[in-house]
Amino acid sequence: MYRYDEFDATMVAERVRQFRGQVERRLSGDLSEEEFKPLRLMNGLYLQLHAYMLRVAIPYGTLSSAQMRALAEAARKYDKGYAHFTTRQNLQYNWPALVDVPDLLDDLAKVEMHAIQTSGNCIRNVTSDQYAGAAEGEVEDPRIWCEVIRQWSTFHPEFSFLPRKFKIAVTASDHDRAAIKVHDIGLRLHKNDQGEAGFEVIVGGGLGRTPYIGHTIREFLPKRHLLSYLEAILRVYNLQGRRDNAYKARIKILVNATGGDDFAGLVEEEWSKIDKKEIDLPAEEIARIEDYFAPPAFEALSADSEAFEQKRKEDQAFDRWARLNTHAHKAPGYAIVNISLKPISGIPGDATDKEMDAVAAIAEQYSFDEVRVTHEQNLVLPHVRKDNLYTVYKALDAAGLATANIGLVSDIIACPGLDYCSLANTRSIPIAQRISERFADLGQQEDIGELKIKISGCINACGHHHVGHIGILGVDKKGEEFYQITLGGSGAEDASIGEIAGRGLSSDEVVDAVEKLVEFYRQHRQGGERFLDAYRRLGADKFKEALYAAA
Amino acid sequence: MPLLKFSGNRLYPAVEEAKNEVTLDEWRANRFAHADATALVVPNDADISDIGADVSGFSAIILEFPAFKDGRAYSQARLLRERFGFAGEIRARGAVLRDQLFFMKRCGFDAFEFSGPNADAAAGAMHEFSFAYQGAADDYDPVWRRRLSRAAAA
Ligand code: SF4
Repeated sequence: MYRYDEFDATMVAERVRQFRGQVERRLSGDLSEEEFKPLRLMNGLYLQLHAYMLRVAIPYGTLSSAQMRALAEAARKYDKGYAHFTTRQNLQYNWPALVDVPDLLDDLAKVEMHAIQTSGNCIRNVTSDQYAGAAEGEVEDPRIWCEVIRQWSTFHPEFSFLPRKFKIAVTASDHDRAAIKVHDIGLRLHKNDQGEAGFEVIVGGGLGRTPYIGHTIREFLPKRHLLSYLEAILRVYNLQGRRDNAYKARIKILVNATGGDDFAGLVEEEWSKIDKKEIDLPAEEIARIEDYFAPPAFEALSADSEAFEQKRKEDQAFDRWARLNTHAHKAPGYAIVNISLKPISGIPGDATDKEMDAVAAIAEQYSFDEVRVTHEQNLVLPHVRKDNLYTVYKALDAAGLATANIGLVSDIIACPGLDYCSLANTRSIPIAQRISERFADLGQQEDIGELKIKISGCINACGHHHVGHIGILGVDKKGEEFYQITLGGSGAEDASIGEIAGRGLSSDEVVDAVEKLVEFYRQHRQGGERFLDAYRRLGADKFKEALYAAA
Repeated sequence: MPLLKFSGNRLYPAVEEAKNEVTLDEWRANRFAHADATALVVPNDADISDIGADVSGFSAIILEFPAFKDGRAYSQARLLRERFGFAGEIRARGAVLRDQLFFMKRCGFDAFEFSGPNADAAAGAMHEFSFAYQGAADDYDPVWRRRLSRAAAA
């Protein structure tokens, strides 16, 4: 994991001091709420329906146990004993008091954490593959480049007042777990024919009111030029992106209005004029950052663990959990463990201070002190010995964290919706809770197989409904909460935007609708076909018919 | 509107000397009619990719922030300094507030028509950060370069 040196530590400490000054000016009345707003928004502090909300950055979703404990402690000390993990691998506190926020940030700074650029029209926290450094088939650890981007983008003087917020995701695997095609910039590290590593640069993907799959503007960018190339993209966007209409201000609109290839031309021209040696990091600095992401000291183990296989035979629930919640690791004898934050009828992504403490303790003992946050609002223990899986499972179960539903119908992404968010049309959380209750039976869920349901409370699409196999969007119809269903979306390497199924449904109808769709799929699937595959094979009309026929 | 200038690593209140301003459009339409202009006003949606020949005779270029959120002039200032080598004054006009001054300075601005409250206290904004991660138009050494020189010295 990356560790701060005195430069990093000083930057964060100075930022907290600056923000403390701004809060003092607000509390003393020197700043009006209107004047304070842009300042707090530079620091992740939103004013929500009922209270301030503070968003803490979790760079590329990686946490140490000490950091997880500090997040738990802050939830106890400054909030109501829980926090919320978001789809951008960040964490939100829903109830901090303004006067406490500088102290909270001071506490987090002690464990090398901050809220810098978690809001505002700037380059946001860079996200990545939650299995980085652990899964097979990676070119290298993508977090090296996430950290390179983190430093370059922090307080970037030119790009802090962009037309709109700006999100970058990086992956180094063919299996896209970071949804890179629906980001402002998606970077895929891969090897060219000469065996050199470089980036495919994808620009202009995004969700919201006008969803787009990103456009590849460069197939292969040598790694060492990443920052100068990003600087060229951002400069073209800063100068030419629309500022007259917030809904048309994201880079996706510029890329599509210009045309993908012409946009690529603009970037290449700007890049050709940039003095690259002033922007790109020298090899020594890249190597310094690389060192922090060297793999932990895995023991030489045999691929199979007898103890593990034995326990699987003895304990059915463990067997199911192992099947659904663990993933193959690149080191023999190790596994990747997913921790579901989607217990049946729970709030997707919420964790209590006790749960966070439990995860911290387990990670410390069994996962080289590391935890990851996923964009699907779950947690990951990246490096667990297979021999220890049963012990880890038992410890998670004791903390209520062993729900075996990763990737299944109840592993739902839901935005905060009308329960918290001031922009919402509808509630999202109760819909997620009711769907998960309807499909409470885990055996039945496993039979249904991979099914990604994603719920947004308004067209801003924080719940990624466009890329849900089943997407649910909250709309306001004459003051009543209605939900629109989209079908066939995907945020993975086979990315697609879901299609609207038909008329909106009331909150009573929506859970039945999901059940009808699932039933139709079960009757018509072939072999091991997923819901998404069946949808793509059979076509939208059949599913729409099934959805609306009896209604 | 108090005028602040930055030089010698310090922000101080400056006395406004009379400037003869001309907008980029006026200038490009008829250079001879504006031969005595000293300051060029460049709107923030102007294409400045070929501005190099236009700027040489001016002692100041004025860039505009119609709203604090509209950050186009940050890019324009960097291009003027770094690509076109403009060495005269670059002045910020419009929504010029305390908490933007540091970014503006880093992009090459050295004069500010300050529009916020408390101009006297604004100087502090220039010194809230000891380091910068990235190179820009000012003389901050990026952190990576400091790391290199420290490693070399060790
Ligand atoms: S999708 Fe809409 S309702 Fe949900 S969190 Fe985003 S802005 Fe709020």
